[in-house]
Amino acid sequence: MSKAASFEGLPMSRIRPGRILAWTLLFIGGVIMVTPLLFMLSTSLKDASQVYDLRVIPETPTLDNYIEILGDGRFTRWFVNSMIIAVIVTLSNVFFDSLVGYTLAKFRFRGRYIVFVAILSTLMIPTEMLVLPWYLMASQFGWLDSYWGIMFPGMMTAFGTFLMKQFFEGVPDDFLEAARIDGLNEFTIWWKIAMPLVTPALSALAIFTFLGNWTAFFWPLIVTTSAELYTLPVGLSSFAVEQSIQWEKIMTGASIATLPTLIIFLFLQRYIVRGVMLAGLKG
Amino acid sequence: MATIELDRLVKRYGQTTVVHGIDLSIQDGEFVVLVGPSGCGKSTTLRMIAGLEEISGGEIRIDGRVVNNLQPKDRNIAMVFQNYAIYPHMSVAENIAFGLYRSKLTKDEKRRRVEQAAETLGLSQLLERRPSALSGGQRQRVAIGRAMVRDPAAFLFDEPLSNLDAQLRTQMRIEIKRLHHRLGTTSVFVTHDQVEAMTMADRIVVMRDGHILQVGTPLDLYEKPVDVFTARFIGSPTMNLMPASLREGGAELSLGGTIEVPRSSPKTSDILVGVRPQDLVPTAGARGLSVTGTVAVVETLGSETFVHIENSGQTIIGSAPGRQIPRIGDKLTLHAPAERLYYFDKVTEKALTAP
Ligand SMILES: Nc1ncnc2c1ncn2[C@@H]1O[C@H](COP(=O)(O)OP(=O)(O)OP(=O)(O)O)[C@@H](O)[C@H]1O
Ligand SMILES: [Mg+2]
Repeated sequence: MSKAASFEGLPMSRIRPGRILAWTLLFIGGVIMVTPLLFMLSTSLKDASQVYDLRVIPETPTLDNYIEILGDGRFTRWFVNSMIIAVIVTLSNVFFDSLVGYTLAKFRFRGRYIVFVAILSTLMIPTEMLVLPWYLMASQFGWLDSYWGIMFPGMMTAFGTFLMKQFFEGVPDDFLEAARIDGLNEFTIWWKIAMPLVTPALSALAIFTFLGNWTAFFWPLIVTTSAELYTLPVGLSSFAVEQSIQWEKIMTGASIATLPTLIIFLFLQRYIVRGVMLAGLKG
Repeated sequence: MATIELDRLVKRYGQTTVVHGIDLSIQDGEFVVLVGPSGCGKSTTLRMIAGLEEISGGEIRIDGRVVNNLQPKDRNIAMVFQNYAIYPHMSVAENIAFGLYRSKLTKDEKRRRVEQAAETLGLSQLLERRPSALSGGQRQRVAIGRAMVRDPAAFLFDEPLSNLDAQLRTQMRIEIKRLHHRLGTTSVFVTHDQVEAMTMADRIVVMRDGHILQVGTPLDLYEKPVDVFTARFIGSPTMNLMPASLREGGAELSLGGTIEVPRSSPKTSDILVGVRPQDLVPTAGARGLSVTGTVAVVETLGSETFVHIENSGQTIIGSAPGRQIPRIGDKLTLHAPAERLYYFDKVTEKALTAP
C-alpha cells in the first residue's frame, strides 16, 4: 500500500529516458534468454507427434518422456558421470588454484613474477588449440576413454589461480603473521586462516568451475568413445544421431540437466551475484 | 619472562639499509617503548625481534640465547598488531584459544586459561561473539588476550592503539600498563605518539632513520635531550628553539637580549637556546630568559593557557597559568629561569653539555 502510494507520488520527471531504455533492453534480453528454456520445457512435455507444433503450452501435456528417460539406465549413468567429474574437478580447482594463488600472493621468491605471467599467458590460448596436444598426451599416457582423461585438463585453471591470487592479496599479512607467531605451520595457516577469509571468492570459483564442467561438451566428446563414460551433454547429443533426431527426448534430458544448475542458482544466488561482480571477467 | 638484547642489529632491503646496527639491552620485566617518526624502522626492529623479518646483520638474544635463526614460534614471544589481526571467522573464545595452539595443555586447562584471560580483560560476557560484533577496543582486548594466554617470554606491540579514538586510546593505555604491572612480562611497545611513549614506558628508545638517538626514562628524555630532534619530539607543545650567538660570558639572542650561558666549550658560536612552553611564563624571575612579542594565538585548555607570541617573524609559545588570559594583539613579555633552558649546537644539533 505504502509502496504503491509512493510510486504514484513519484513525479514523472523522476523516470528518466535512460531508465526506460535500460529497462527495455533488460526486458528484451530477458525474453531472449528465457524463450529457449521455455521451449525446452514445453517440448519435453510433448509426445513425438507434437514436437513440430510450436505451441508453447502443449495440447496434451505428458510426462512420458521423463518416465522413459529416467528409466533409461544410460541417462542415469551419464548424469552420474557428469556429477562425479564436475564435483572432482571443482574440488581440485578450489584446492589447487587457491594453493598456487596464495603462494603467488603471499610469498616472495625468485621467479615469482615469471611464474605468474606464464600462468596468466595461458589464458590467451583458446581451447581449440589445446585439444590436439591434450589428445596426444592422453593417448600416450593411456588416458583416453577414462574419467581421468576427461578431467585432467581442467584440474587446475589459470583463471582460478589468477582469481584466488587477487583475493589472497587482499588478506592482510597481519593475520598470517599472527598465526605464524602462534605456531601454525605454513600449510595450516593457509588452510585454517587464509582460506576462510576468502570464502566469497572460493564459492564464486566453485560455482564457475562446476557449471563449466557440468555443461562441458567439446573435450568430453573427443576423449570418450564408450557410451558408459559419456557425460550428460555428450550423451544427450548422441540421442540426436540415433535413427532419427528425438527432440522431445533431448529436451527432456536437457531439462533434467538444468536442474542442478537451477538448484545451485537458487541456493547460492547471493554468492553468484557477488562472484560475478568480484570476478568481473567471466559470468 | 626474559631479557632481550639487540647487538649491532642491521636490516637491509636490497641496497637500502633501514636499520643501521642498533644496540639495545632490555631488562627482564621492563616496559620499553620504541618511538620515532614514520619510517624510522620501529616496526622493522620489532618484527626482527619477533622473527617475522630476517636479520641482515648483528644478533638478537632472548634470555641470552641467540635467536637469529629461530622461527617466530620457537621464540616464545607474543605480538599484538595495529589491526588487531583477530580472525573474523572465529569466536572470541576461539581467537583467544589460538594463542595456545601449540601448547600441550589439556582441553580443560586451555579453557580455564582462556576464561582467566577473558576475565582479566573484561571479555567474559563476550566469549561466544564474533569479532564483527565487537567494538574496536574490545577487539584489541581480544588480541591482547590471545597474546596473554600463552604466558610468553615477552610481549611485542606494534602501534596497538592507533586505530582507536582518543578517549579509548587513553583507557587502553592505562589497561595495558596495569596488565604489565600485574604480569610483569617484558614488553616492547612501538608507537609514534610521544604521549603514549611518555606515559607507558619504563624506558623510551628514540629512533630516527634507522638509528637510536637516545635511550632513557621518560624524565631523562624530557630533562636531558641529547639533541634537537629528541628535544622537539618529547613534550607538547614542542620546545621553542631560538638562534643565538655565543659571546664572552653569555649568548646574544637574535630576538634581542642576552642570557648567561653556563660554562661550556662549543666548537661554534652559533647555538640554539631551547625552552619548553610550560617554563615560559609571564612572571619575571631573577635571571634567565626574557622574550617580548605580540600575542598572536591563545589556546585555552582550562588547566593552563598556551600563548603564541610573535617577534620578528618567529613564533614563541609560552604558557599563562590559571585565569590570566592575555588578549590577542597585546604586547607580552615571557620569562624562563636560567636552569630551565636548553642549549644546542646549531650545526650539529647536539646538546651542549656543561663540562
Ligand atoms: N619490504 C620492504 N622493502 C623495502 N623497504 C621497506 C620494506 N619494508 C619497510 N621498508 C622501509 O623500511 C623503513 C622502516 O620501515 P618501518 O615499517 O620499520 O617504519 P616504522 O618506523 O614502523 O614507521 P611507521 O610509524 O610508519 O609504522 C621505511 O623507510 C620503509 O620504507
Ligand atoms: Mg610501523
